[in-house]
Amino acid sequence: MAKNWPLARRRSALQARARIIQEIRRFFNGEGYLEVETPLRIPAPAPESHIDAVPSGAWFLHTSPELCMKRMLAAGYGRIFQICHCWRDGERGSLHLPEFTMLEWYRIDADYRDMMDDCEALVRAVAHIMGFGNTIRCMDGEISLNGPWERLRVGEAFERYGGMSMEEALERDLFDEIMVRDIEPQLGIGKPTFICDYPAARGALARLQENNPVVAERFELYIGGLELANAFSELTDAVEQKRRFLAEEEYRRSQGRPPYPLPGNFLDELSNMPPSAGIALGVDRLVMVLLNAESIDEVVAFTPEEL
Amino acid sequence: MYTVADLRKGLKVTLDGDPYIVIAFDFAKPGKGQALYRTKLRNMINGTILDRTYRSGETFDPAHLEERKMQFLYKEDDHYCFMDNQTYEQTHVSEDALGDAKNYLIDNLPVSVLLFKEKAIGVDVPNFVNLRVIKTDPWAKGDTSGSDSKPATVETGYVLRVPPFIEEGELITIDTRTGEYSTRVKG
Repeated sequence: MAKNWPLARRRSALQARARIIQEIRRFFNGEGYLEVETPLRIPAPAPESHIDAVPSGAWFLHTSPELCMKRMLAAGYGRIFQICHCWRDGERGSLHLPEFTMLEWYRIDADYRDMMDDCEALVRAVAHIMGFGNTIRCMDGEISLNGPWERLRVGEAFERYGGMSMEEALERDLFDEIMVRDIEPQLGIGKPTFICDYPAARGALARLQENNPVVAERFELYIGGLELANAFSELTDAVEQKRRFLAEEEYRRSQGRPPYPLPGNFLDELSNMPPSAGIALGVDRLVMVLLNAESIDEVVAFTPEEL
Repeated sequence: MYTVADLRKGLKVTLDGDPYIVIAFDFAKPGKGQALYRTKLRNMINGTILDRTYRSGETFDPAHLEERKMQFLYKEDDHYCFMDNQTYEQTHVSEDALGDAKNYLIDNLPVSVLLFKEKAIGVDVPNFVNLRVIKTDPWAKGDTSGSDSKPATVETGYVLRVPPFIEEGELITIDTRTGEYSTRVKG
């Protein structure tokens, strides 16, 4: 009898996980995407205020394959996807592992609205392969995957669930607390929710809306209160991107975080990138949603504590 | 002094002068936002439950509690009776104050009774406790995968998930920090 019973009992979850990942590959191959692999160990992560990379020698383990994949868009690859491990220092909880599995996909001549359509088609395809119709059970509720899914602006979400306006929450430095405590549990209940149009300061790599530049063309997908994916209409202005990186890096250093070098090659090549959209989706969380799991621990072979 | 990195279920801290115990804890991070530490805390004196969210960098004072080594004697109504190993003095603790610890109390179990201003307000049990299974379904023949689980009731009345090969009458080790099955005790 298996000595490691917690591992043995995860067999059916890990079998389902493998089927889900196979279906993700089948879906993107069918949509004309090229599967790519970019290095996991990189010299210069994208500086983001609240994401910490794990050092690896003088370099870092990537927190996302975003910069390398955008360099591929700039070099003429029109539709690419990748499934890889990413590392984020200090992130551990029932929805977080410091090493986790990410799915990212990017396409040229698209914006964040196209990414919403991709999400709907992908999640429905994966649900079908798992033997679900267009209804799944998740977090004690039934969720219909029939389209179109709810699209809710961040500002509207604050008015509806947050008890104060988004502007007031930003002003009083309560944006994250209200989002976690009051808004997230209401998102993706009954049907999935795209919460979109974040304040400009909360999308360091996102394009701002042309007619409303205080808003970033960014969305997050929620199902059953669980955040699954983050998408942008990608910023292609290299000067603006460099300015934002410097601001994020200054914030990081002011918090006593280790310095990152500026990702020079990415910034050099960014001006060649056509208008594009991209998205990062947590594969472990997608498996959680489809298996109705309460903790991310249930859908991976090993947690860091078990190594 | 504790930091947010020390937060876990069972940690005891001082808030507004009162001792509180963390009864639920999770890490949260809204997309691209900052790390938040969500806690549910129970006031160990009056039972009030608080929901508090902390940011990285925040610190906590440990709860100032006196610990006395005792053993569990018996339960009477909604009170549990413990005896001091040195003075033989007996102390009562209410069921509410025990929290999850009541799931593991068998005769003579060594515990630490926690006192605040001379009043017993909680009990720490050992990290691992051996309890006998008094009720569970028999092992379905032919299932050798060990990949399933089934409910089992132990002698304290506590119900947990165990591997399919565990039979009634067997002794199992439970991790009291998680409440989960750990191993089978051989022999």
